Amino acid sequence: MNILVCIKQVPETNKVEVDQVTGVLKRNGVESKMNPYDLYAIETALRIREQKGGTISVITMGPPQAESVVKEAFSMGADKGILISDRRFGGADVLATSYTISQGIKESGSFDLILCGKQTTDGDTAQVGPEISEWLNIPSISNVSRIVEIQDDAIVVEMDMTQDLELARVGFPCLLAVDKDIFMPRLPSYVKRQETKNREVQVMTFNDLDDKNEKHYGLSGSPTQVQRIFPPSVNSHREMWNGTGTELTDKLLNKLRELKFV
Amino acid sequence: MAKLVVNQAKIGNIQELISICPFGALEEKNGEVQINAACKMCKLCVKKGPAGAVEYVEDESESLIDKSLWKGITVYVDHIDGAIHPVTYELIGKAKELAEKINHPVYAVMIGNNVASQCHELLHYGVDKVFVYDDQKLARFKIEPYTSVFEDFVNNIKPTAILVGATPVGRQLAPRLAARLKTGLTADCTKLEINENTDLVQIRPAFGGNIMAQILTPNKRPQMSTVRYKVMDAPERNEDESGVIINCQISSDKLDCNVDVLDIIPKEKEQFIEASDVLVVAGRGIKKEEDLTMLQELADLLGGQIACTRPMAEAGWLEVKRQVGLSGRTVRPRLIITCGVSGSIQFVAGMNNSEQIIAINNDENAQIFKTAHYGLVGDLYEIIPALIEQIKAGRKVVL
Repeated sequence: MNILVCIKQVPETNKVEVDQVTGVLKRNGVESKMNPYDLYAIETALRIREQKGGTISVITMGPPQAESVVKEAFSMGADKGILISDRRFGGADVLATSYTISQGIKESGSFDLILCGKQTTDGDTAQVGPEISEWLNIPSISNVSRIVEIQDDAIVVEMDMTQDLELARVGFPCLLAVDKDIFMPRLPSYVKRQETKNREVQVMTFNDLDDKNEKHYGLSGSPTQVQRIFPPSVNSHREMWNGTGTELTDKLLNKLRELKFV
Repeated sequence: MAKLVVNQAKIGNIQELISICPFGALEEKNGEVQINAACKMCKLCVKKGPAGAVEYVEDESESLIDKSLWKGITVYVDHIDGAIHPVTYELIGKAKELAEKINHPVYAVMIGNNVASQCHELLHYGVDKVFVYDDQKLARFKIEPYTSVFEDFVNNIKPTAILVGATPVGRQLAPRLAARLKTGLTADCTKLEINENTDLVQIRPAFGGNIMAQILTPNKRPQMSTVRYKVMDAPERNEDESGVIINCQISSDKLDCNVDVLDIIPKEKEQFIEASDVLVVAGRGIKKEEDLTMLQELADLLGGQIACTRPMAEAGWLEVKRQVGLSGRTVRPRLIITCGVSGSIQFVAGMNNSEQIIAINNDENAQIFKTAHYGLVGDLYEIIPALIEQIKAGRKVVL
C-alpha cells in the first residue's frame, strides 16, 4: 500500500496582531510547528501501514524552513518526504495551492491512499484536501472519524455528518480528510529522529512540475485576492438590565430571538 | 504573471529592508536581496521599503472576463433525505439582499432523490427559480456525482455567485466544485456584500479569528462562498408560494462513482460541554438540587447543555465534567447564560471568550456583571420559569 500524507507548517500561535497604522500582519519572531491536525493524518497512515504494510510518504508546500515538518514526520515513522518550494508559488490561495500540490503528487509516484488533516490552524478552510482530490480526479471523503476496514481495493470508513454517521466504502485510489481524535498521535521518537537525521527530503521546484505555465501558480493562479486585513470588532459591549421579573424575561426573550437562539 | 522585482541599487540598508518582511521571505545572498518561497505577496516590502527598491509588476496581458454574462445568486439547498438544513433559508435571505442590489434573480439548486415535495417549501422564501436534480443515484451525498450535477447547473445557468452552507456536505462539495470550475472559494464568510460590478465582497476570520480578511474574486465567475449556520438571517416564510420549480435532467453515466454508502448510523448525543454551542450554567444562586431540572429544560430548549461552577460540582449536584473554570473545563460557546453565578476569577477565566455572555444574578455588585455582555439584575426563580414558558408558547405558534 502506497500512502501519501499532506502536511503543512503553520505558525506556533494564533495570536497574530494587525498593525493599526499599516493594516499589515505582525508576525515577527513567530515560531513554526506542524499543523496539529496533520498529526492525526500521519498517525492514521502509520496504523494502516502496521496492518497492511507499504510505504508512507509525506508532502508539503512552503518555504525552505518547512523541511522541518517533513523531518518531524520521519521521526514519527514516515518513510519518504517531499517539499514543494519555489518563490513562484508565493501568495497562492486554495485553488493555486491545491493545484501546485496535485502537480507535485503526480511527479511523486502513484498512491493508493492520500490522507489529509481536517484543516490547518492558520488558513482554517478545510478546502485544500477536497480540491486536491478534484485535480487528481479521485473520490474523497472528509470528516472521517473511523477506519472500519481496509480491503484490497477499497477502504471502509465512517464519515461524521453531525446528525449521524455514514458508513462508506471508497475504492482506491482515494483521498480521506481525517477528523481530530481518529487516533491518538504518537510522539516523535528520539531513536527514529537519530536514524533519519540524514535522510534526504526531496525538494521539488517549479521546474520539476509538469505544468510549466506560471499563470497557474502563486498569486497569478489564485482567483481570490485578499483586499485588506483588519482587526475584528471586539464584543466589549456591556449592558445592565434592571426591572421586574416580567420585564427582564421579555428583554431576555427578545435578545435570544435577535441572536437566533430561539 | 504578477511578481515582485528587486532593484538592488535602490535598497540602501539591506538589513532594514529584510526586517520589513513578517514572513522572513527576504534574504541576503552575496550582497544582494533575494525573495524566497516564504513570500506571501503581501507587498509590505513594496509599501514600506525605500521607494522603488521592491516593485510589484503586474502582467498586462491578463484578459478580463465579461461579468455581464453571469447572472443570478445561487444557493445550494443543503439537506439530508429531503430534510432541508436551516442554513439554506439563511443563505436565501442573504442571496435576496445581494441580488436586489445588482438586480439579479435568486436561484436554489436541490440535488437528491424523491425531493419533489420538499423543494416546494423553498418557494415560500422568495426564490425565483428552484432547479431540481432528482435521481435514484443521487440519494445521499456522494462527492463525484453531486459535483457533476452542480457543474451541469453552472454551465447551463451561469450564476455570478454561489452560496453554500458550511455543513459537512457543503464543506466537501463546494471546494470540489470550485476546483472543477477553476474558480475562487472563500470559506466560512461572516459577512457578504456586493459591488455594483457584481464582485462579491467576502469577509472571513483568518488566523483563528484574530484577524478579519476582506476577499474578492475579481476576474473569475462564479464566485463561491461557504457560510456557517446561524451567521446570516433567514427571511420570513410567506404564506403563498412564488417562483418556479425547474426539473433538470442529467445523463445517468455522469452519476456513477467509486463510493458506496453502506449504512447510516444515528449518533449518540454529544455530552461534552466544550462542544456545546449553548451553555446554561448553574451557580450557588440555585437553592435546591431539584431546581437544576429547570435549567436543564432551558438548556434543552436552546439546544445546549447544562454546566456548573465549582461549588455545584463539589456538592455532587452535577458531574465534575460539567464544571466550568480553571479547575474545570474551558469553554467558548456561542451563548452562555449564567444563573446565580457570582463570577469568581477562576470561573471567568474558563468562559470569558464566549461569544455572548448573559448573566442573571440578584446582586447588582456581582463580579460576573463585569464580564457579561447582558447583565440581568433579578431573581432567576422568576425569570427562568417565565422564559421557559414563553419559549414553549412561541414554538407552538410557529408549528
